[in-house]
Amino acid sequence: MKYRVVLRRRFKTGLLFEGVLPVLSVAVALVFAGGALSIFGVSPVATYRAMFRGALGSGYGLSEVVVKTIPLVISGIAVALAFRMKIWNIGAEGQIYLGALATAAVVRYFPSGNQAVMLLTMTAGAALAGGAWGYAAGFMKSRWNVNEVITTLMLNYIGLHLADYFIYGSWRDPSSLGFPMTPPFPPSARLPQFFGTRVHLGIIAAVILVLVFRLVIRWTRWGFEIRAIGDNPRAAVYSGIPYGRNVELVLFISGAIAGLAGMTEIAGLQGRLQPGFSPGYGYTAIIVAWLARLNPWAILVVSFFMGVLLVGGETIQVIMRLPLASVQVIQGCILFSVLGFEFFRNYRVFLVRKESG
Amino acid sequence: MKKLILMMLCVSMILGASAASAFEPVAAKDLKIGFVYVGPVGDGGWTYMHDMGRVEMEEAFPGVESFFVESVAEGPDSVRVMETFIRNGAKLVFATSFGYMDFVQEVAAKNPDVIFMHCSGYKSAPNVGNYFGRMYQARYLSGLVAGKMTKKNVIGFVAANPIPEVIRAINSFTQGARKVNPDVKVKVVWLFSWLDPGKEKEATLALIDAGADVIAMHADSGAAPQTAEEAGVYVVGYNNDMSHYAPTMHLTSPVWDWGMAYKYFVGKVIDGTWESSNIWWGLKEGFVGLSPISKVVPDEVVAIVESEKAKIIEGGWDVFYGPVRNQKGEEVVKSGEKMTDEEMLSMNWFVEGVEGEIPK
Repeated sequence: MKYRVVLRRRFKTGLLFEGVLPVLSVAVALVFAGGALSIFGVSPVATYRAMFRGALGSGYGLSEVVVKTIPLVISGIAVALAFRMKIWNIGAEGQIYLGALATAAVVRYFPSGNQAVMLLTMTAGAALAGGAWGYAAGFMKSRWNVNEVITTLMLNYIGLHLADYFIYGSWRDPSSLGFPMTPPFPPSARLPQFFGTRVHLGIIAAVILVLVFRLVIRWTRWGFEIRAIGDNPRAAVYSGIPYGRNVELVLFISGAIAGLAGMTEIAGLQGRLQPGFSPGYGYTAIIVAWLARLNPWAILVVSFFMGVLLVGGETIQVIMRLPLASVQVIQGCILFSVLGFEFFRNYRVFLVRKESG
Repeated sequence: MKKLILMMLCVSMILGASAASAFEPVAAKDLKIGFVYVGPVGDGGWTYMHDMGRVEMEEAFPGVESFFVESVAEGPDSVRVMETFIRNGAKLVFATSFGYMDFVQEVAAKNPDVIFMHCSGYKSAPNVGNYFGRMYQARYLSGLVAGKMTKKNVIGFVAANPIPEVIRAINSFTQGARKVNPDVKVKVVWLFSWLDPGKEKEATLALIDAGADVIAMHADSGAAPQTAEEAGVYVVGYNNDMSHYAPTMHLTSPVWDWGMAYKYFVGKVIDGTWESSNIWWGLKEGFVGLSPISKVVPDEVVAIVESEKAKIIEGGWDVFYGPVRNQKGEEVVKSGEKMTDEEMLSMNWFVEGVEGEIPK
């Protein structure tokens, strides 16, 4: 008797399915990675226990997961906005750097003792700078049809080096003995932190952005235009939706949001601009937005999940004495499996008996 | 008068007593130690050497447990790594890269009963000490070798980040090279990164293209020596004996002995005699040195190295004793004068003979 595999496109999924699929995919990954750990004589159960205890087993671990979640949510929303219109903003990292750079510039040149005034001008500066970085790619796309994947990616490197130029150059803290960092921000330029943890005001910004994203995409005219272009650009253009203007606008807003993530990171945690302050949040944001399938609630969940992986990964290294590489194998297995299981969201799989003859 | 002396004695006793009793002795079996690493243990250079030191220390103190986290970004993430150490029982934390400085201060303030040692920084606290070495002395010795071995009188320097530590390395190396060969020029290429083997390779090739026939380096991996070996150009390594990366072209490497430092600090913590201090040991203490010099280097050059080394260890002379000239040829340190430690630690200018710019 012979069987063959038949795939059928799935158009709707139930709530149960949406809940079970990610859990199942993570479970499969843990079993798979566990096999790899056992080969090296490491107990998978103890490893996973260390990982989840480190991230979720204490108030401190949980607060640190939230600290990691904040920049991922903000930059995840930033890229999701552009992705919804099928504009591929790969440049969130550079926009984050521009946001941080502008934040440091505002603190340096327009300091204010009033915390509200200071934070508002920092926010405006960061959003404008990040937005300008996105807009540059949008402008080239709409005027000259330059592929935004290339321009946004390239602008990352320019942004990073631009920040270095100032950090190593004229903004260098004179009391730092020549080491590359700006002078520390005054207290008025620091985001308040809550409950004795490092969870800072950026969390409010993240939640507001999730809500606004939902509202704008779902209920506004501009949101409709974004969705229409994202679903079918040509049809959208024929129906009179301005394509070029929207490309510029969406990349500006996307960059502005990413710039905000740069501001909350350095004003919330670091308190000065130092090279390498972002461990690639702008790139992780792309994974986050994809895994969340551009759904803002899911971006919250996925960012939190990434936070658990990152924070838990450090605990594994400490408790299990495992090198970073094995931690990355576990993290890679999980991400790979979660992405792989997307297949079952799109297709139903049947085994059909092959008719003989 | 007697009263005054008595009072002063009392005060000093109280102060002394409080300083000594700040940290109680710890039994080795109760001591857990966390190491924050900036790169992977397998970088074959900087972090690799710290980890060798950690292992050596663990072997010297049976019962002591140590753990590490690799590739920790020099940003806010390092705070959590240190907190995780402490939450898992660490009483002593070594942070092994400059960029952790502010974050060490942040965590140390919240954990006054934990001792922190920060490598290469300058901020102290009652529970934070700093440790680093006078690597410039070993750099100078390696410069003597390189200066004698170059034929084109052009040496390339692959340099990580334009901060005083690296600038000092380039300057002392150049002082050594020009001591034996006043025509030498040292060309500098900045990486703006501690560990980036791809960039380290590119920079090496660029310097060879620019005419360098000896390569020196300050970076975390062994990529530059590997590249030099492939190109058939002499190379001076860094961090550890890098001869295995360049079996035929390796001349020598200025090396660290972190193990001796870690054993020293851990011994102090166990005895309860640890106090916040800024350690800056050199050739004399054996914290820095040269790896065995290659057979291709003539004996008379090795003899020069030995005599200069003896001079530095004796203490009558050091690398940045005058006259030292800057790139414009101006005498920055006059004859008979010397640079203070503070001046060396904040060095932000190149000596004569260096071709390159420090981003300002």
